Amino acid sequence: MVDTVELNKLLDEYDSARIKTWLNICSRCGLCAEGCFYFLSHNRDPKLSPAYKVKKTLGEMYRKRVKADDRFFKECYEILWFQCTLCKRCSLYCPFGIDIASMMSIARNICMSQGVSPERLIEFTENSRKSGNHMGLPSEELIEVCEWMVEETEDEYRGVTIPIDKQGAKYMYTINPREVVFYPQDIGNAAVIFSIAEENWTIPSFGWDCTNLPMFAGDRAMAAKSVDNVYKKAQELDAEKILITECGHAYRSLAFEGPYMTGQSDGKPPVDVIHYVQLIDEYLKEGRLKIDPEKIIKEPITYQDPCNVSRNGGLWEEARNIINYLAEDFRDMTPNRDHNHCCGGGGGIMPMGPDFKPGRMKAGRIKAEQIRETGAKIVIAPCHNCFDQIQDLGEKYELDIKVFSFKELLLETMIIPEKFKPDGKANEKD
Amino acid sequence: MYDLITGPLLWFSFIVCIGGVIIRLVYLFSLSRVKDRVLYNHADAGWGLRSLFHWLIPFAGSAMRMQPVFTFMGFVFHLSLLSVPLFLSAHNILWDENFGISLWSMPDRLADILSAVTIISGLFLFLRRLSRPEVRILSEVRDYILIIITILPFITGFLAYRQWGPYETIFIMHVLSGEMLLILIPFSKLSHMILFFFTRLFIGFEMGGRRGARSW
Repeated sequence: MVDTVELNKLLDEYDSARIKTWLNICSRCGLCAEGCFYFLSHNRDPKLSPAYKVKKTLGEMYRKRVKADDRFFKECYEILWFQCTLCKRCSLYCPFGIDIASMMSIARNICMSQGVSPERLIEFTENSRKSGNHMGLPSEELIEVCEWMVEETEDEYRGVTIPIDKQGAKYMYTINPREVVFYPQDIGNAAVIFSIAEENWTIPSFGWDCTNLPMFAGDRAMAAKSVDNVYKKAQELDAEKILITECGHAYRSLAFEGPYMTGQSDGKPPVDVIHYVQLIDEYLKEGRLKIDPEKIIKEPITYQDPCNVSRNGGLWEEARNIINYLAEDFRDMTPNRDHNHCCGGGGGIMPMGPDFKPGRMKAGRIKAEQIRETGAKIVIAPCHNCFDQIQDLGEKYELDIKVFSFKELLLETMIIPEKFKPDGKANEKD
Repeated sequence: MYDLITGPLLWFSFIVCIGGVIIRLVYLFSLSRVKDRVLYNHADAGWGLRSLFHWLIPFAGSAMRMQPVFTFMGFVFHLSLLSVPLFLSAHNILWDENFGISLWSMPDRLADILSAVTIISGLFLFLRRLSRPEVRILSEVRDYILIIITILPFITGFLAYRQWGPYETIFIMHVLSGEMLLILIPFSKLSHMILFFFTRLFIGFEMGGRRGARSW
C-alpha cells in the first residue's frame, strides 16, 4: 500500500527551485544518453537514457502524486537501483547542466519511504542503525583485528602500531567494514604506511565506518546518522582531519553530502575530510615516503578513476602524481579523469550480492573494453567497489589483469628505513 | 485587424512575456532562498562562468564533440533564431516608431538567408527528434508542436518578404505566430532561454565550488 501522506510530504519537501527548474526545462535533446555507460553498454537502448529514467521516476512522482501505486514503485525500483549507479556523468553531457543523478537519489529516498529498496541495502541500513557500521560488527572485533594486524606486521617491520581512540591525532582514520571482515591486511598496510611516515593518527573504536549504504538505500535519516557518527567522534577525539580509506562513496558522503544531511549551515563538514589519495600524494611529495628505484613497477599499469573520487570529488591529478612515483609504464584509459566511466559497481549495487552479478557484468562491458584497450596488466582502484567489480570484470572478460589498491603497491615499492626493519628483537614490543 | 494585432495585442504579448519571466524568476528566487542553500553556499564566479562559457562556445564541452552535426545545427538554429527578430530592419523601424529606439539593422538579404537557416535547422531538430530513438522516446506531442510554433514566424516572415502567397493573410499569421511565441516563453520549455543561465551557473557551483571538479 502506498503511504500517500508520507509521499506528498517528501515530494513537497524536495520541491526546490532546482528540481522545479530541472524538470521544467529539460528540452529532451537526448544528449545525456551519450554520457551514460548503461545506455552505451546496452547497445544504445533508449530506455536507458538518463533523461528517460528521470522522467519515468521522479518526473512521474511529481506528475502522479497520490495516484502513484505499488506497480509504479516496482518500476521505479528497477530503474533507480539497476539502471543507474548515480555516477553523475550525464550532468557533464547535459547542455543545461541538469543534475540528473541528484534527482535519481531523491527518487530513491522517496521509494524507500514506501518501503521499496533492495533487500540487502535495507539489511545493511539496519546493521548501521544497531551498531554504527553496515556489517553490524562490535567494537571489540575491530580492536581484535587491529591487534592481529599489528602482530602480522612484526615479521617484516618494527614498531608498527595502531593507536585506538587517541586524542588530538592529526588524522582520524576511517575505514570500510569490508576491510575488517574480508581484507584485514588493508588495515595492516595502512598501519605500516602511517608508521613509516611517522604520522600522528588513530582509528576510533566507534564512528570508524566511513561508508554510507543507507545513503544508497534511500534512508535519509539513517544516512545522516552514519555521517554524524563520524563527525561527532572526530570532534570528541579532537582530530584535525577525517581521513578516508580507499573508498569512493565514503568521500562523497562525508565530504559533500554529509554536511547537508546533518544540517551544517555552510555546507562544509565540521571537521576537514580528506581521501587516501591526497594523503599518499602528500607523503610522496614531501618525501615522507620514498620509492625504491629498484622496485619501480615495470609492467603496464592503468588507473580506475572512481566516480566519487574523480568526477565528484575533483581528485584526479593526485592519483596520477602517485603513479608517476610508482610505475614506469602508465597508460591512461580513454576517456579518463572526470570523464571516466563508472565501473558498474557503484551506487550500492556491489554490496547487493551475487544475484546482481550478471547485470553488473553486462553494464561493466564499457569498463572492460576501456581496460583492454590500454593493454595494462595492473589496474589501480582506490575504491572498494571499483576494486571488486574490476576483479570480476577481469575474470568475465578475460582481461588478464591484477587489481591493486594504492596501499598494496606502496608496500611493495617503498623504501623501509633501517629503524623500521625487524632485527633480533623483532618480536619484542616497545 | 492590422491595428489590433500590431498595437494592443503586441503590447499584451510583450507584457506577458517579460512579466511572466520576471514573476517566474522572482518565484524561483524566493523558493531558492528557503530550499536551495546549496546554491548559495558554494557560489563561485570562476567555476560558474567556466561552466556557462563551456556551453555557450560551440564544441567547448566534450559532449558537443560527440554529436557534431547536432551541435552545429543547434548553434546555427539558436543564433539565427535570436538575431533575425532583433536586427531585422523592418522590425527596427517598428521599434523606432513605437519606442523611439532602434538596434543595428542587418541587411535584408542576410535576414532572408538567416530566416531560411532557422527554418532548415528547425526542421532538422524536428526530424532528429523523430529519428533518434533516445530522443523520440523522450518526446511528447508538445515537444514537436513547440518546434513548429518556433519556426512559424520565420516561415511566414520568409513568405511575406518575398510576397509569396496571399500577403495580407500571411502577414497577419506572421504577427500572430510571433506573439504566440512571446507569450509561450515564460510558460513552456522555451523558458530555457533565461533559465539556462541559472542551471549552468548552478552546476558550476555544485561541481566546482563544492567539489573542485569540472562540469563540462
